[in-house]
Amino acid sequence: MTEKKELWRWTESRWTNPDIDWKGKLITSGVDVGSVSSQAVILADGELYAYSNMRTGSNSPDSAINAINWAMEETGLTLGDIAYTVGTGYGRVNVPFSQRAITEIACHARGGNHMYGPSVRTILDMGGQDCKAIHCDEKGKVTNFLMNDKCAAGTGRGMEVFADLLGVSINDVGDLSLDVDEEPPPVSSTCVVYAKTEATGLLREGWPTNKVLAAYCSAMAHRIITLLERIGVEKDFAITGGIAKNSGVVTRLEKEVGIPIMTTDYDTQIAGALGAALFAKALKEKGK
Amino acid sequence: MITMGIDMGAKTIKVVILKDGKVAARSIVVAGFEVEKMAKEAIDQAMNEAGVAREDIEKVISTGAGEKQAPFYDETKSVVGCDSLGAAFLHPTVRCVIDVGAEEGRGMRCDETGKILDFEVNEKCAAGAGAFTEAMSRALEVKLEELGPLSLKATEDVPMNAQCTVFAESEVVTMVHNNVPKENMAKAVHDAMASRITSMVRKIGFEKDVVLVGGVAKNIGFVHSLNSDLGLEVIVPEEPEFVGALGAALAAAGWKGGA
Repeated sequence: MTEKKELWRWTESRWTNPDIDWKGKLITSGVDVGSVSSQAVILADGELYAYSNMRTGSNSPDSAINAINWAMEETGLTLGDIAYTVGTGYGRVNVPFSQRAITEIACHARGGNHMYGPSVRTILDMGGQDCKAIHCDEKGKVTNFLMNDKCAAGTGRGMEVFADLLGVSINDVGDLSLDVDEEPPPVSSTCVVYAKTEATGLLREGWPTNKVLAAYCSAMAHRIITLLERIGVEKDFAITGGIAKNSGVVTRLEKEVGIPIMTTDYDTQIAGALGAALFAKALKEKGK
Repeated sequence: MITMGIDMGAKTIKVVILKDGKVAARSIVVAGFEVEKMAKEAIDQAMNEAGVAREDIEKVISTGAGEKQAPFYDETKSVVGCDSLGAAFLHPTVRCVIDVGAEEGRGMRCDETGKILDFEVNEKCAAGAGAFTEAMSRALEVKLEELGPLSLKATEDVPMNAQCTVFAESEVVTMVHNNVPKENMAKAVHDAMASRITSMVRKIGFEKDVVLVGGVAKNIGFVHSLNSDLGLEVIVPEEPEFVGALGAALAAAGWKGGA
């Protein structure tokens, strides 16, 4: 039986810090059950110890359990060793082993602050089914935010649809889209459904795949700019979420905003779960 | 007097030939990517059926998203203008026309002559257009023409949280996993779409009689959901997808309403 290649499927990942021995340390975790991806982050005394990043299944509690189990896989930890868990994301109230649920806005600001440092003031979280522009202070506390969660244009799901349509692995979309001699005009349709039709037309006109990708990445950057413009961009500016890994969107966004976008060695998809795990530590220490 | 109306829709091309105030022929073809070629085919079909030649036609008006791609025409006219004229010709009591096509939704208020008083258009978002039901029929693995009748068998109202077509596809897949009966999902699809259209129509205000035109008007499930949302019974003409082309042909004949 031949298996249909799922091009939209981004690489799931897990990681354990080999230099940490968790025994005797305060273990807290954050689980971010998003609409498309789920992450679990485990901290040992506030230091990043292990994480997992995988696709959300059809049921939130199972997705949360799968994510934490995968994160714990090489650690020897069991759920009983985790002192406090905070759930976040779209499915945050469905994390069965959590003590508390905190909104993903607060968690992304907290996680972004940890990832990028206290100078970050604007965090753009580009998720699977929504996009949020968040302003925060030096402690990672949210001061203002705006979000789009109604429309797939400008979200990871929209990009997945395009990767699938054009037969390009989602991981390669960004770099391929930058490999054009001249920047084409952006795809004019806002709606992903109509943009698909438009892209099919462009392919029929003889446009190469990378040019169509360039037109779509550019359209997505434009779409996000309109959200950012409504709230304003204050330095420093950082992006979290899956689209932060798409160089095609990030490069174009940076060019239009005119403010450099911070970079990090962290996996940008774990920002929400990381923030949740940091909240978990603080809450445990306060005895709440 | 012989006139022709061409409706170059996003998905289908419709042609109506009018002879002395009566429909002499109509044709419909799928536009595809070779729009001009298909338009020519639709026109030839209609002319054959009516038994008229190009030179017999006094005036041609083109309308629709691709109005300028028609192979020939004397004038173009807005879709809302054509819709209201066509609807007023078929139902002189019409005061509100709702047109739900493949990629666009429109609501308009008009007087007894088909003159537009106010209108609202959605051409940006698939959630209020036929593209939505098409995507949902694929997600549900139910043929598009079976989606309507299926939804009438629904036993329970299931809410659909997503507005966006792309997100709704994922939501339907989740419902399938959770073994929600297909008929209930089909109703959820039509309820969601009816609510998009209703909120558009509420912006302009509506009063009886309401005529529903466009290809989606043939979907009985959608009509049912729309009726319950609007709190009235919409009138669906016999060939709802031809109303725009009919209006164009009427305009070409100089019809001013009032029968």
